[in-house]
Amino acid sequence: MRIAGKGLIDRTKPVSFTFDGKSYFGFAGDTLASALMANGVRLVGRSFKYHRPRGILTAGPEEPNAMVEVRDGASQSPNTRATVQEIYDGLAAQSQNRWPSLRYDLLSVNDLAAPFLSAGFYYKTFMWPRAFWEGLYEPLIRRAAGLGRLKPQNETASYEKAFAFCDLLVIGSGPAGLMAALTAARAGADVILAEQDSLMGGRLLSGAGTLGMPWVDATLAELRGLPNVRLMARTTVVGAYDQGTYAALERVGLHVPAAPHLPRECFWRIVAGQAILATGALERPIAFDNNDRPGIMLASAALTYLNRFGVVPGQKITLFANNDHARQAVRQLMAAGVQVVAILDSRADASTVEECPVYLSAAVTDTQGRHGLTQISGTHAGGAFKIDTDCLLMSGGWNPLVNIACHQNARPIWREDIAAFVPQPGMVPGLAAAGSANGAFSTQAALREGADAAIAALTELGRSAAAPDLPQAEDAPYRLQALWALPGKGRAWLDFANDVTVKDVKLAAQEGYTSVEHMKRYTTQGMAPDQGKNSNVSALAVLADATGRGIAETGTTTFRAPFTPVSIGALGAGGQGAGFAPQRYMTSDQASRDRGAPMVEAGLWYRPSYFPKPGETTWRQSCDREVLTVRSTVGVADVSTLGKIDIQGPDAVRFLDFVYTNTFSTLPVGRVRYGLMLREDGFVLDDGTTARLGDTHYLMTTTTAAAGQVMRHLDFVHQAYCPKWQVRFISVTESWAQFAVAGPLAKMLLNALLDQRIDDFPFMTYGEVSVEGVKARLFRISFSGEEGYEIAVPTAYGEALFRDLLAKAETLGGCAYGMEALNVMRIEKGFITHAEIHGRITAFDIGMAKMVASKKDCIGKAASQRPGLIGPEREQLVGLRPITQTEIGAGAHLFNPGDKAERVNDQGYVTSVCWSPVFESYLGLAFLKDGRARYGQRVRLIDHMRKTDVLCEVSDPVFLDPEGAKLRA
Amino acid sequence: MRLTCPLCGTRDRREFYYSGSEDYLNRPAEGAPIEAWDDMLHLRTNPAGVTKDLWYHETGCGSWLLVTRNTITHAVLATELVAARKGGAA
Ligand SMILES: [Zn+2]
Repeated sequence: MRIAGKGLIDRTKPVSFTFDGKSYFGFAGDTLASALMANGVRLVGRSFKYHRPRGILTAGPEEPNAMVEVRDGASQSPNTRATVQEIYDGLAAQSQNRWPSLRYDLLSVNDLAAPFLSAGFYYKTFMWPRAFWEGLYEPLIRRAAGLGRLKPQNETASYEKAFAFCDLLVIGSGPAGLMAALTAARAGADVILAEQDSLMGGRLLSGAGTLGMPWVDATLAELRGLPNVRLMARTTVVGAYDQGTYAALERVGLHVPAAPHLPRECFWRIVAGQAILATGALERPIAFDNNDRPGIMLASAALTYLNRFGVVPGQKITLFANNDHARQAVRQLMAAGVQVVAILDSRADASTVEECPVYLSAAVTDTQGRHGLTQISGTHAGGAFKIDTDCLLMSGGWNPLVNIACHQNARPIWREDIAAFVPQPGMVPGLAAAGSANGAFSTQAALREGADAAIAALTELGRSAAAPDLPQAEDAPYRLQALWALPGKGRAWLDFANDVTVKDVKLAAQEGYTSVEHMKRYTTQGMAPDQGKNSNVSALAVLADATGRGIAETGTTTFRAPFTPVSIGALGAGGQGAGFAPQRYMTSDQASRDRGAPMVEAGLWYRPSYFPKPGETTWRQSCDREVLTVRSTVGVADVSTLGKIDIQGPDAVRFLDFVYTNTFSTLPVGRVRYGLMLREDGFVLDDGTTARLGDTHYLMTTTTAAAGQVMRHLDFVHQAYCPKWQVRFISVTESWAQFAVAGPLAKMLLNALLDQRIDDFPFMTYGEVSVEGVKARLFRISFSGEEGYEIAVPTAYGEALFRDLLAKAETLGGCAYGMEALNVMRIEKGFITHAEIHGRITAFDIGMAKMVASKKDCIGKAASQRPGLIGPEREQLVGLRPITQTEIGAGAHLFNPGDKAERVNDQGYVTSVCWSPVFESYLGLAFLKDGRARYGQRVRLIDHMRKTDVLCEVSDPVFLDPEGAKLRA
Repeated sequence: MRLTCPLCGTRDRREFYYSGSEDYLNRPAEGAPIEAWDDMLHLRTNPAGVTKDLWYHETGCGSWLLVTRNTITHAVLATELVAARKGGAA
């Protein structure tokens, strides 16, 4: 029911929404909870285990009952708290955990079976026989369990992530937070004020205390006018991390109809010099029999609904409380004309001076009303009572919201005088609590602590701030007498969301789960979406009572981030689909795609797999043709992805000698040499060619896969071991587009293109050339075994050169070739890639032990000669050819013919295979124990996965042209 | 986590590549016994407390840093350039 003239909603803007398919109206500024309340809807959800009818308990993000599923566009958000979800035109919310409908829920039969469903029920019942677990028990439990449902499709909504930096982060915008932000902002500090609510003001928005909206509005206006302040509403700080880093979740588009330009949420990483925890406190429920009916809510929530939303939760209201603080809710309700039937105060010595009957020494012991409260009963100083009421407000006192202060595993301390846990200083370095979050509950105390905390924080940052004049505000003492649970025969709820009762906690203690962490896991208390915000302290108080220990001694469970649930979509913002990793494209990319080449990923690069011609229906047809074309005429391939490192300086050659196993100091200008690089532990890091471009100028190439690793390695070797050597290097991979031109007609093709003919350009030569006036680099190197060249031009000319090379190649009967053909040709030639140099092989293993020069030191030399890294026990690189033509695959293992194919008999494994159109045979490269001594022998190639069992002949890994006649032609 | 690169200033952890213990800096001389290489390559103390390790400012200036950290508190106590470290290589 709405109350005229009350609330911060905009009554000129009606909003239409649906709940369980039925249409309702609310106003701009309403939450789903306040709008449902205004429409008289009391039953909002079903509880987790017993499927009990539930209403609205709170007015904030801690809500354990009113959780709904919200659908907007293609998205579906389960467990959305109705108390946080703002309404907008078209909002469609569904209740959860019920079937077929909220009012008639078949699984509410669980409620009748409650005596059998006590704590530990699952552990005890579904234990034996073991074989029943997978087939029967688990599916059964899963069907009945779980709050809300996930959408099985991929998330299509957009999320954002962002970073922010500030001097002071203020978490929470109640009186303490506003005062802290104001004090620091006036001093010129860079301030971020983060507030989970859509409006700033915290409890002042609810009309708590005497400081009204004019002060809130004036303070916010001043803050908004300062350029050094960022006000972040709808932003929940969810975690505290190292070095003053805080995670925060901003609701960006969740309160408006789906808008394609708006992300749903933004995940912030905020780095703050200092931070102030002004998150306030949460009122706690009291556990009495049937305290979970719709219509029973927290007193502070009713105050919020009245003053913030202009709506009241009932027409005949009662209050059950153990403190003075809670009475302001009923006083304000009465002032608004709402009937308050009685105040039931658990204390014997509380004041009875109110505008309604006050009963002392009161205990509510039962309630009635299936889908909503109708009556309460119990005892008070005058005897037993029954009172007709449709709304019972309860208040068991306040719990400071200490969560974020505990995220680095420090524990809060128990304060007996306020019966609550409060943070200790220094729990999170640079974070200080102020106001209710610190156990200072009056508005005046909150203002004072906020100002003091800001001054202290700025002092830490080496700045000063003036103490502000504090406005006069309510400063009433917080009188309370601890009350957690009332004795009763039925069920008294502690954790509403997970259906954990006082009995369950007592049973846990009785069965030996006396540690608070064990009790939590045995009963599941605190493990629901609200993470026990409403129930943790009460549950451990009940546990402390049951075990005879004090609350301080019992202690709290661990507080973990996130403070409120964070969607995975927000955490992974930007990392979906193509955004998962950067994409690198070669200059020939479009030209390759134009020719229909399927692109494959090579690290971050995209490279053409093969170039299909009309009539070719499989990749093998294209690949075979490309290989035979290169071997008979000429082929062109983009090899720009190879790492290129420009190395210069008087000590460059000395440095190359140090990082390569072989000698470079003998390399003349204009020549190219193959080099092998080891890691310091003696295993092969990478291989490639290095050309001497000038006297003190070299160009190193690396494999595509290890380009980054080699750069890192060179930087390390230089900076760690020889920083004074005069050598500098830089990656020029992306500065040059480089193309392999290979085949018997390679020189003819180049001569058709180059400004000057090349006639005498021997194998392993480098020279400067030009193409239509553009300076280019030409290398006579080959990865195919054919007469081969690689020509490099500045990247800007890459695409033009590729298209030109291809056009001219085709007039000679040549073609472009892709990764598949490139791979076939290098296997035919026995050239290794990172399929072979996979991190566990040595120079000895690949037959290059002699390349580790004996006359000089190099990285990895000492370790490469360790026992065990050299010798016949090593698996060595060999070639394999099946005796009968059967398909073979990489990953297969090798066995001696006659041995059982078991791990103990393993002789090695296959790293690369291909179909060779030249040999008309499958070929493989493999590592085989003592392989070089076994050429001509036979091994069994067995692949248990692909069910292959093929006899193969072992050979030299170089199948094609072992003398290199073609290469040097 | 953020590290202060002596050349670039305080930068996010994502810009750095973590390598491992400072022990990699102590490369034995040529001809050193195999035990010395074992120490450098494999033997680590794994301290609970102050530790020194190597980080590479990979998406920054390309400097290798020697970082002094506390593994218990996660505090970063000091960063220096490997190339300019006290008692560094020739
Ligand atoms: Zn740097």
